[in-house]
Amino acid sequence: MAFIPHTDDDVRQMLATIGVERIEDLFDEIPPALRAAPLTGIPPAASEMEIGRLMSERAARDGRPLSFIGAGAYEHHIPAAVWAIVTRGEIYSAYTPYQAEASQGTLQTIYEYQTMLASLTGMEVSNASLYDGASGLAEACLMAVRANRRSKSLRILMPRAVNPTYRKCVQAIAGNQNLRFEEIGFDPASGQTAFDAVERHAGSDVTAIVIQQPNFFGTLEDVDRLTDWGHKQGALVIAVVNPTSLALLKPPGEWGERGVDIVVGEGQPLGVPLAAGGPYFGFMTTRMEHVRQMPGRIVGRTLDLDGRPGFTLTLQAREQHIRRGKATSNICTNQGLLMSAATIYLAIVGPEGLERVASASMARTAELVAALTKIKGVREAFTTPRFHEALLKLDRPVGPVLDELARHGIAGGYDASADFPELGPTLLVCATETKTSGDIATYAAALGTVLGTARAA
Amino acid sequence: MSNNVPAELRYTTSHEWVRKNADGTVTIGITDHAQHALGDLVFAETPESGRAVAAGEACAVVESVKAASDVYAPIAGTIVAGNDTLADAPEKINTDPYGEGWLWTLKPAAAKDVDALLDAGGYQKFLAESAE
Repeated sequence: MAFIPHTDDDVRQMLATIGVERIEDLFDEIPPALRAAPLTGIPPAASEMEIGRLMSERAARDGRPLSFIGAGAYEHHIPAAVWAIVTRGEIYSAYTPYQAEASQGTLQTIYEYQTMLASLTGMEVSNASLYDGASGLAEACLMAVRANRRSKSLRILMPRAVNPTYRKCVQAIAGNQNLRFEEIGFDPASGQTAFDAVERHAGSDVTAIVIQQPNFFGTLEDVDRLTDWGHKQGALVIAVVNPTSLALLKPPGEWGERGVDIVVGEGQPLGVPLAAGGPYFGFMTTRMEHVRQMPGRIVGRTLDLDGRPGFTLTLQAREQHIRRGKATSNICTNQGLLMSAATIYLAIVGPEGLERVASASMARTAELVAALTKIKGVREAFTTPRFHEALLKLDRPVGPVLDELARHGIAGGYDASADFPELGPTLLVCATETKTSGDIATYAAALGTVLGTARAA
Repeated sequence: MSNNVPAELRYTTSHEWVRKNADGTVTIGITDHAQHALGDLVFAETPESGRAVAAGEACAVVESVKAASDVYAPIAGTIVAGNDTLADAPEKINTDPYGEGWLWTLKPAAAKDVDALLDAGGYQKFLAESAE
């Protein structure tokens, strides 16, 4: 069935009006050599019924394990109202609101989202969202290079305690644009970025320093000291943060003497399901002095010709449809659906609710670590203060342990051994407010069995 | 059509004007024709002092409601200063493009380079030809 409302008679009438015999004749400007050939090697189309069955069979193979994996994406309770509202057609399939007079609803949602994120991060202005946290960090590095006109080196200090996937993504996106990333080690005792490794770059031309808080291990960094150091060196400071944690931790706009310059992070914890890795959304906030270097869409509030308040896309001269090769980025969209879900999530839980989610997650993780470290062969890698994740050291390779746990219906955590080989076998575990004490006991019992030792009394 | 072209200045085909100052520096801005074409200016990014620029190098950016345009160095030299007052009042470029709307001052690498630029008559001829 063709999903086009015109009948054959309608089409014939329209063609006759413009003096064309067949629709194909409208394409006669395209030289034959450039016309698409039929696609060989593609199997015949399957029917809707066949595809539906195939997808059901595949989906049935997904398990629903008890998950203790964090490492950048976090399982939180999503109030039912969030997706009940976001799946409405007006929001679910909304397009980029180029035509302000027809998109006030979408634009207002984006404006409220921007207001919430700027407030949450302690900064002055936000964009309409980016693809995800990892590419957001790449954009932040490129933005810092543009914004820091005094610095010519394009050198960015990148701690190893920043999410390894983010570091690879940043190298892939920004490495070909002449940015150089200097690796900064962490203290193996505390899990924090080593200040003497940072200090080694004092006096040299540093364009920016990246600080992730909490860092990949869940450990809290000395953000004030790092921020002030960066500014003293004439570098811009980029913060990578977990939005849920901002309900409890000092926001990056208040780090050090004058706060950071750019904030990015992964917005998934705010009402977006884990969904096998995506789609998620990245957030970016900054100060007004840098707003013209910020990539992505920005919505502003203004008055129309009759003096009535309204919303519109603004500062579009940064974007590629105007600036072309000199645009701040190739991104010309946002993650509208996920950003809408986050806005509704934040409106429903509010600051108090978000604080409760953060506190409960911290408490559950502390409980989890206490329970698991009672087992012989499991110990904490670091005892420094943490948010809702912890790195554990095991007495044997982690992969087989996780496989065994999977057979018990438990996704035990993220195997960090390959990312940090110098630490030996390590497992990054996370417990959010979605886990009960019973769940934690279940995990501990299973791990005790897998490691072949009973729990210490 | 805005065609104010002061006789004492020099011009480029990319619509910059140059004024020789008594101390050997030059002042540079965009012409009346350019400001009119851009529309209401909302922002100007001026170069930082001390920067060495080549002739034709992009030095500044002027942004209007509909476009962002590079402004090029008409001649080589070293930037003396950018016009900081434009940060709060970019509209000066529209209302007074040859006066308060100046963009930056430059110490030329060679004083005679200015004389090789178009004079007022040459620029007017260029505008008339481009309009066809």
